[in-house]
Amino acid sequence: MSDGQILPWVVILPLGAAIVTVLLPHAWRTAASMAAIAPQLLAAVLLLRDLVVLGPHTYALADHAAPLGIALLADGPGTTLVLLTAVVAGVCFVHAAASLRGLSANAHFWPLAWFLWAALNTIWLSADLFNLYVGLELLGLAAVGLVALKGSAEALAAAMRYLLAALLGSLAYLLGVALFYGAYGTLALADLQALATPGTTTMVALAFMTLGLLLKTALFPLHAWLPPAHGGALPPVSALLSALVIKASFFILLRLWFALGSDAASLALAWMLGLLGAGAVFWGGWMAWRQTRLKHLVAYSTVAQIGYLFLFFPLVAGAAPHAAALAWDGTMLMLVSHALAKAGMFLAAGNLVLATGSPRIVDLSGISRFRPLSLLGFGLAGVSVMGLPPSGGFTAKWLLLQSALTSGQWGWIAVLVFGSLLSAAYVFKVFRHSFVEGPKRDHFESPSVVLELGALALALAAIAVGLAAHAPLAWLRIGTPYGVPG
Amino acid sequence: MEWRAWLPLMVVGTSLAASVGIFLLKEERHALRSGFNLAAAAIKLGLVAWMAVGVLDEVHFETRYTVVEGVSFILRADALGVMFAGLSSVLWLFTTIYAIGYLENAPNRSRFFGFFSLCVASTVGIALAGNLFTFFLFYELLTLSTYPLVVHRGTDKALRAGRVYLAYTLGGGAVLLLGVAGLHALAGDVEFAAGAGLRTLDPALHPALTALFVLLIAGLGVKAALVPLHSWLPTAMVAPAPVSALLHAVAVVKAGAFGIVRVVYDVYGIEFTWSLGLLDPLALVACATILYGSIRALAQADLKRRLAFSTVSQVSYVVLGTALFGAVGTAGGLVHLLHQGLMKITLFFCAGNYAETLGVHRIDELDGAGRRMPATSIAFSIGAFGMIGIPPLAGFVTKWYLGIGALEAGMGWVIGVLVASSVLNAAYFLPVLHRIWFRAQRAPWPDERFRMHRDTHPWLLVPTLATAAFSVGAGLLAGMPYSPLYWAEVVVLREYLP
Repeated sequence: MSDGQILPWVVILPLGAAIVTVLLPHAWRTAASMAAIAPQLLAAVLLLRDLVVLGPHTYALADHAAPLGIALLADGPGTTLVLLTAVVAGVCFVHAAASLRGLSANAHFWPLAWFLWAALNTIWLSADLFNLYVGLELLGLAAVGLVALKGSAEALAAAMRYLLAALLGSLAYLLGVALFYGAYGTLALADLQALATPGTTTMVALAFMTLGLLLKTALFPLHAWLPPAHGGALPPVSALLSALVIKASFFILLRLWFALGSDAASLALAWMLGLLGAGAVFWGGWMAWRQTRLKHLVAYSTVAQIGYLFLFFPLVAGAAPHAAALAWDGTMLMLVSHALAKAGMFLAAGNLVLATGSPRIVDLSGISRFRPLSLLGFGLAGVSVMGLPPSGGFTAKWLLLQSALTSGQWGWIAVLVFGSLLSAAYVFKVFRHSFVEGPKRDHFESPSVVLELGALALALAAIAVGLAAHAPLAWLRIGTPYGVPG
Repeated sequence: MEWRAWLPLMVVGTSLAASVGIFLLKEERHALRSGFNLAAAAIKLGLVAWMAVGVLDEVHFETRYTVVEGVSFILRADALGVMFAGLSSVLWLFTTIYAIGYLENAPNRSRFFGFFSLCVASTVGIALAGNLFTFFLFYELLTLSTYPLVVHRGTDKALRAGRVYLAYTLGGGAVLLLGVAGLHALAGDVEFAAGAGLRTLDPALHPALTALFVLLIAGLGVKAALVPLHSWLPTAMVAPAPVSALLHAVAVVKAGAFGIVRVVYDVYGIEFTWSLGLLDPLALVACATILYGSIRALAQADLKRRLAFSTVSQVSYVVLGTALFGAVGTAGGLVHLLHQGLMKITLFFCAGNYAETLGVHRIDELDGAGRRMPATSIAFSIGAFGMIGIPPLAGFVTKWYLGIGALEAGMGWVIGVLVASSVLNAAYFLPVLHRIWFRAQRAPWPDERFRMHRDTHPWLLVPTLATAAFSVGAGLLAGMPYSPLYWAEVVVLREYLP
């Protein structure tokens, strides 16, 4: 059945699951959600097969073609991220089913999480600005709801802050959308690419949209909302947020860049984004190292790792095709491996907090003896986050280094190298405390083995993607300027 | 792919599988874990021996696949790689036996042996890596897997040492990464190949190649403990004795030295390195390290620290041999890769025996130890005499070849360094031997155990005597097939007569 019919189901399925879980009684929601993971995963795999067989393809929902109706586009990056989402969210869902059992948050988690999943897939597969807006808005609301689930005063404050940032970001984005629609009468990216002319309207619209998206991606110095929200949420929520949600707004930025950036945006803008990225790498790394609470350390690590993604813009701007292709490969691999590693890391951190009964890093003393498996998950994810081999983080960094070397952009090399050392400092801080033979403590809670295996599976996937980067990178290139054109 | 393509991967995989298996075992399953460990070590030794025989017959063992476009993961058995892999599998077997005895009744053994196996997997990966990318992969994995071993005791001192160790090795790794990535950008995927080298590149790139060479050597020099990048090594002495033994004899320090050998011979090519004028500075750094390490060793009161500075000095013989342009010097450097491993592991085993059996850590507490522990003391004496270079022991073979190699390369002054170093070696080892054999015991031993044994626990003694015997054999039987010298000559022949 290679006729592109699978494409709409990738969005319909999670949306359906969301609605069904809203309607079901509380006690049934977990079971229904577990049952829905496998079809979702299957749909993602089938979509990937369609992509490989058919190349990039579109689907017009309800037979209204763009620009009026809702059109979906499955290209390489979008489809690969659908699969990534299925893997990461699938594991997080299983983790949630085990870790939220008996909590009051359990019932409300499922509808919100399914809406989140649907919103993510919408964003990966949309090719017009309005669809992207709808996805972005849904994503933001679902994410805020998930953060608030924990119910503590701290979590609610973080959620309020997050809500404010998300709304502000959407507003700025919507303003840009309106400007584009007023000027060109279309919102489909392909049409805009053909029609848009460099000028004040385009520049202002792009500036608003970029600003809004940067706020939602939490790029330094717009990151202040992220650490309390990601650090304070329930572990599976933190994992979903850090791994996938912030990548969605970055992905929209990439789409904008491809459609409009090369004409309108100047080298200066690319450099500014790169410099902010560098700032994120150093500030995030430094702040992560200073944290005393484990999950907040991991959250600041996300702030730092986002920075690497933004090196893409200066590395690509004005670079030779070969260097640009390397930068694309490196950035996308960084995105994928960070998603896997950071989700694994948050889940593992949650397990460690569960085992020690304390959110603080110093209380990890002795854990390496009693809960080696929890620590192993954290450690393996840490390898990828530090960018040490063998891991996806390393291979991505290698590609970015190669790109910077071939185009002779030495400054970004320094960011990559020193950023890695900084991340090693905070990851090893956690290890160091786990090895401390302090006051004898011989009792730790034991997280169920499902929780530990979930974290471990994602961390292992982050390692594996570094050793077998060939295939995912080939998928990610389909339909982009760097690969086989569709 | 046929079986030959899988063998190098299986050699690395054996220790990797052992590591995973050990992590999964419960802490209390001591017997099962020991059995598992020893079985893996034995299997690995068998596989390496099989490859070694094949390599002599010019059989090609290679595992290869593409990681991303233009970058391959290559594990390959060549003469040099098998030589190093052989050393690490032999010493792994003995160190495992030793560690099982040493850590009897100690906590955290599951963690220890798991990372121990991972460390050996990385070492063998380094040995068999077929290009710089793969080499770097395992080189960094080695850093990761040795950190938990260094901080194993979990004391403040151990954790501080761990921090120093990480700062040096990760910093060195970052510099090495720059070198590796830079070379990749210039010359594509750099595979190790005897006699190949980068000489075909545009001469306009020579300054860049020189700069990259400096980066590579600096990055590798951290682990090889070249002065002034050496100070992590004495600090890391807080680790348990088997870890120190492995770190010094084969794993970390040797990985650095081996990397330098690879870069000079199989990446740049010895002739090309020479024509870039890089061999003389390398020889100078090596000589400075040899003398500096020996002088610092003189001043150490702690036995393990004295041995550590001795390692700083001795490992640079390998680097020195590499920097001597000529077949004999090369052979001297390569053979020392094995000789130093055998001798130094013996000495560390002995230091561990003294500490475990008598509670002795300081050199001035060793008075009369020869009477209480004759077998250990004989092994220690063999190691010490070997290090000094007394014929016919292994160390003498090294120094003889290095001396002749220096003359051949027109660097006669190196002989002065060798003589001075031997005198210094004697100056810091002979007083220890004097205390052990010729002085009477002054005070009760600080913490005596194993009173029922004539010497020490057999699990500790047997590996010590075995490696001591090997280092005697390596010197006495240097002319026989499969001896370290024989292997070094095979490598040299393939290097200079491609």
